[in-house]
Amino acid sequence: MIRGLRRRALAAVATAALLPLAACTPGSEGGGNEEKPVEDVATDISSVGDVTLTVWDQEVRGGQDQPLKELNAAFMEKYPNVTIKRVSRSFPDLQRQLRLAISGDNAPDVVQANNARGDMGAFVKAGLLQSLDSYAQVYGWEERFPEGVRAVASYSEDGVTFGDGNLYGIPLTGEMVGLWYNQAKLDELGIQPPETFADFEVAMKTAKDAGEVPIQFGNLDQWPGVHEWGFVQNEFAPREDIRNLGFGQEGSSWTSDENTAAAETLTEWVDKGYFTDGFNGFGYDPAWQDFAEGDGVFLISGTWLLADLEAGLGDDLGFMLPPVGESGEVNVTGSTGLPFSITDASENPDVAAAYLDFITSEDAMTKFSEAGGLPVVDIEKQSPTGTQADVFQAWETANENDALTPYLDWATPEATELVPTEVQRLMGGETSVDEFLGALEDDYTSFVEE
Amino acid sequence: MSRAASEAVEDAARQRPTGPQTGPPVAPGSTGPPGEPRRVAYLYVAPAMVIFAGFMLVPLVHGVWLSLFEWDGLSVGTWVGLGNYRDVLTDPELRAPFVHSLVLIIFFSAVPIILGLTLAAIMARASLRGSGFFRTVLFLPQVVAMVVVAIAWRDIYAPEGSINDVLSAVGLDSLTRAWLGEPSFALIAVGLVGSWVGTGLCMVLFLAGLSKVPRELYESATLDGAGPLRQFLAVGLPALRGELAVAMTLTLVAALRTFDLVYVMSEGGPGRATRVPSFEVYRWSMEAGKVGYGVTIALLLTAVILVLTVVINKVAEGDNS
Repeated sequence: MIRGLRRRALAAVATAALLPLAACTPGSEGGGNEEKPVEDVATDISSVGDVTLTVWDQEVRGGQDQPLKELNAAFMEKYPNVTIKRVSRSFPDLQRQLRLAISGDNAPDVVQANNARGDMGAFVKAGLLQSLDSYAQVYGWEERFPEGVRAVASYSEDGVTFGDGNLYGIPLTGEMVGLWYNQAKLDELGIQPPETFADFEVAMKTAKDAGEVPIQFGNLDQWPGVHEWGFVQNEFAPREDIRNLGFGQEGSSWTSDENTAAAETLTEWVDKGYFTDGFNGFGYDPAWQDFAEGDGVFLISGTWLLADLEAGLGDDLGFMLPPVGESGEVNVTGSTGLPFSITDASENPDVAAAYLDFITSEDAMTKFSEAGGLPVVDIEKQSPTGTQADVFQAWETANENDALTPYLDWATPEATELVPTEVQRLMGGETSVDEFLGALEDDYTSFVEE
Repeated sequence: MSRAASEAVEDAARQRPTGPQTGPPVAPGSTGPPGEPRRVAYLYVAPAMVIFAGFMLVPLVHGVWLSLFEWDGLSVGTWVGLGNYRDVLTDPELRAPFVHSLVLIIFFSAVPIILGLTLAAIMARASLRGSGFFRTVLFLPQVVAMVVVAIAWRDIYAPEGSINDVLSAVGLDSLTRAWLGEPSFALIAVGLVGSWVGTGLCMVLFLAGLSKVPRELYESATLDGAGPLRQFLAVGLPALRGELAVAMTLTLVAALRTFDLVYVMSEGGPGRATRVPSFEVYRWSMEAGKVGYGVTIALLLTAVILVLTVVINKVAEGDNS
């Protein structure tokens, strides 16, 4: 009797637990990726009734947070029928939670999705984002945003091709990984900001001989190494190759002579002690903080550090594009800030699109510029001072020369993890140049072949 | 479940004694042993059972279900049956993380237990001045959130951190290094933090166990001519069997499921030198978009932990009887 009861109870628990599952395969079908015809797009959204727009963004830093807050307030003032519910999280947190949120029942309307295949690409593939092509036509985004800016937020409808196809997001800011330098240190050492790659190597040697840290660098977090690698690769490899590798498109190879030369150069710099001692055990944040406090001659990192570095170094801070190297072209790892996209689940895509247009307007760009950021467009209409002017100048040059190359860890779903790991191993002396390039080539070719 | 519960209620109502009774209540027609009717027990455990089922069993079963799919967490999954299990068990890249966690067992389990025993033996014997203070200080790491611990140690291990400062100060510059940046030291560095955290817990557990030992036993051991070590081995240690089992279970589980320390201190690096199974679970299911694969690793890890804890408890009980 008791045994029977226990068995029945267990069976009841087990069945209760299994029943809802038996019928459900995980995941959702997503939307049909249906695109709204141009003529159906409503741009006057004051007449759509009361709408709440949920926006997930990662603009938590002062320079972007404040202007966005003001823009949201201005938008709600302009359209009193719209309430913006803003959820902002730091980049890593957003990246992780977005996967769950965007496929859930209460998906936000507007999200800031990372350009990479593993993020935006996966969302497009699953039919969770709306193509913005119709809105781009209506709002004139095709003219407003240069091709390079749109390319990094474009995918084919099946999410397979990256860099081409439908537009899935528009960004607010630009960013690139250039060369920060400490002018006071350069003066002390009697050297100029390097114009060529050879100059740069001489400058590092001079700095090293004088007992300075040539390149301030912390790689405990693994991802910063990709920026150092990209910097060197930009000196050697042709732009087209880097783009093919970065977008995961056919036609290039990691084991090319140029990439081999780049990897050899990077290890040579490590051997010569051009980077901070023990960089693989040193965090990214303490590294740039040390640089901002006057330790280190150069720093290879992104424009997102502008405000923080300027706070430390003031007028001594300089920024330049990577010096021109063997490839003979100016190449710079760069892209836009995370693009804002509209989810498939959004019930008010017209409102969301009007919001996107509003926060990327000329006024908005001025706000981002004034807050110390690098607006993605309308650079020429701003009047920056100090190092911000250097950064703006470099961004303009890069865009005029079509010099932007993608982040290499975007390329394949595996690359997000593989590239940082392998670069860390290469720079730590754990693997040889051939093993390093071989590992990346294997991932690239097996992805491209699929 | 609800049926079981209602039967239990009926049972309880039917069998509740109505007047003063001399003997234990015997249910009419019951062939079971005397005492409280057994079925009513289900009523007592029901609230806990509901919570346990809701937050542990259902997710576990759901996890098993997910492990049978190839799923990116977004689009519709593909049924692969036991494919994920086959892949996980044959993936050579996953062997290293499991080996790493074996290494961590030494630091999370063996070292704290040995240190904890030593400290407890000393503290239980000698009436040190300020022993309460030492106990508190040693136990403190256990109270601090692991993420905080990890961030603090990340700075301590930094190339210009306190450890290297101390080494330089005493003239051992040749030993200074980026502790978390070198593959051969990073895992040990992470493990030592585990030792630091676990020692206090073990010590407090063992102190509690030793306090149950009657003074007389020590006295008679002293009369028999046993020294401090001998006394501890003959009197103290045997009394600690239960506490040892608890300490082993807790520390072993801590070692095998380590995630926060590795995630914050080294991101699994340099290279892959500090990757552990839990980190792989996170990496595959949250970052690489292979949810089924990650969940399969988690389930296998759960199975390993379950087997080990059962073995530990069997051994501890077995010796008792």
